[in-house]
Amino acid sequence: MPFTDDHERRQPGTTDLAAAAESGGTLARARDRLHRFVDSDVFYSFRKSPITVAAFAVTLLCFVCAFGAPWIAPHDTNDVATLDLMNAELPPVWLEGGDWRYILGTDDQGRDVLSAIMFGMQVSLIVGFASVIFAMVLGVGLGLISGYVGGRLDHFIMRVADVQLSFPSVLVALLLFGFAKTVLPRGMQDDVAILVLIFAIGLSSWVQFARTVRGSTMVEKNKEYVQAARVIGRRPLPIMLQHILPNVMGPVLVIATINLALAIITEATLSFLGVGVPPTQPSLGTLIRFGNNFLFSGQWWMTIFPGTALVALALAVNLLGDWLRDALNPKLR
Amino acid sequence: MLAFIIRRLFQSLLVMVAVGFIAFSLFNFVGDPVNNMVGIDATIEERQRMAESLGLNDPFPVQFARFAANAVRGDFGQSFRLSVPVEDAIAERLPATLELVFVAALLSLAIGVPLGVYTGLHRNSPLSRLLLTVSLIGISLPTFLIGILLILVFSVWLNWLPSFGRGETVDIGWQSNLVSLDGLRSIILPALTLCLFQLTLVMRLVRAEMLEVLRTDYIKFARARGLTNRAVHFGHALKNTLVPVITITGLQIGNLIAFAIITETVFQWPGMGLLFLQAIQFVDIPVMAAYLCLVAFIFVLINLVVDLLYYTIDPRLRIDKRVHGQ
Repeated sequence: MPFTDDHERRQPGTTDLAAAAESGGTLARARDRLHRFVDSDVFYSFRKSPITVAAFAVTLLCFVCAFGAPWIAPHDTNDVATLDLMNAELPPVWLEGGDWRYILGTDDQGRDVLSAIMFGMQVSLIVGFASVIFAMVLGVGLGLISGYVGGRLDHFIMRVADVQLSFPSVLVALLLFGFAKTVLPRGMQDDVAILVLIFAIGLSSWVQFARTVRGSTMVEKNKEYVQAARVIGRRPLPIMLQHILPNVMGPVLVIATINLALAIITEATLSFLGVGVPPTQPSLGTLIRFGNNFLFSGQWWMTIFPGTALVALALAVNLLGDWLRDALNPKLR
Repeated sequence: MLAFIIRRLFQSLLVMVAVGFIAFSLFNFVGDPVNNMVGIDATIEERQRMAESLGLNDPFPVQFARFAANAVRGDFGQSFRLSVPVEDAIAERLPATLELVFVAALLSLAIGVPLGVYTGLHRNSPLSRLLLTVSLIGISLPTFLIGILLILVFSVWLNWLPSFGRGETVDIGWQSNLVSLDGLRSIILPALTLCLFQLTLVMRLVRAEMLEVLRTDYIKFARARGLTNRAVHFGHALKNTLVPVITITGLQIGNLIAFAIITETVFQWPGMGLLFLQAIQFVDIPVMAAYLCLVAFIFVLINLVVDLLYYTIDPRLRIDKRVHGQ
């Protein structure tokens, strides 16, 4: 199990033997840890699956492109001064009229499509991550409380979860977004649009976390170590956070990975529908939405390339999630 | 039985009240309705008279009860954007969405079941593997991207099918797409887009159920009796896989209605989803509230009917409830 690694860290200088082992220095210890990781089951199953390695490579590439965009993107699409309408609607480089400065072509205002994809992916990934973290904190928290406390509170939380689960998450996110739009004053909307989006997507996907954590918590809370913690007089909150939480996090990690792909797609969908991020910070979905207007005049590259990037990212993250689920599942070993 | 029905009805009612409450708070906590209706130079007395006549001075529960009573009768007031009563706007758009959903559900069954049977019967053939892989990629593709790709291929490049709007509709009690050729041509792409996700679901479900059923004893006996492959596969095996398939299809109709929002946007299909999306963009609160209530009602109704049907069909559920003491 990969999670036991941290718990095995020794207190320095507890015994003479340990002290002798310490003297090897931090470098040796780091190498030791690396060795242990390379030898571990998880890494083995990773190495043995070419699809997973490929998915990991694609994901890594997406991350580097997205967060390195300010340095490696050929053009700065956020800087209006660099745009030139003379370069508008250029096709990709391998078609007639293509320009090597704009490998994947340009949009109607002369923006480089490749750079726009890089910056857009950054927005997509930030929104995706933030909303998954939000959903995770909310879901894990409610799941812990629900499972540990039980009774009426548990019943209530799970009823709400049931009801929400019967609606598709895109619809819930859309409704929350519409609700926020009516409640917030008009001037604020563009500034907080991304926050609202994160909130809406996160709130639409907490249920799965809560259900899983609740289930494991109900199992864990009857085990001896939790009873022991209770006997020595620890309060419920520290018991939940320090004793139960580390033991229920395994499945949560898997759900988080798969939900990341879902969140990225949901964000793209909302942005495509025109209710997502503001046009000043285009995400992949926004790019597809803008490009869609030019589909009929034959400029397909404005839509298809951002779309391909989106699918590649979502598929890669999905595959990683699948692999993680199998690798962490002791039943499949 | 009766206790279960009552409890289930009560739960559904509770959900509807909660949704109604959200819709109601949309109305009440957004802006000042009086300000929207009187001129700038209205006196304080006029404002108060207006508030009184709108019932805004009543206690909160009374206002909510009035809203609920109106909502039950389908009265959500005037749309801010279209200046027509909301129920008229929805009644005009509802048939478009329902036809789209109906055709999509039909398509997903008509294509998904045969594919599922094929992949279930020949599970190691290259075609089955291909179908399963394609369906996996299909799940990863967002709906709107599928729509765009279909438009690009069939409308822009091949120029076979229209890409937006309903085309020619014929009045058969409602404006229908299903009787004219142009209307049928127009519905193909949106319905295909909408059904793809469900199609993969139906296919995988039928496949899994077929694999399950083919292992059972009565299939072995049917073979032992010397029945032909066709009779075994379609008469005995397929028939027994269809109950869950139909249930899932029924449950998914709610999802189809929700996902129609995306499809309708891509194809500019003048249905309820497009209406709702425009309502969000223009902060058209009455339409939003009405859509919210209507969709919630459809979802609750479908879930209720399915639960009740299951309860009648599957006696195991009843025992289960009693053991857990609910």
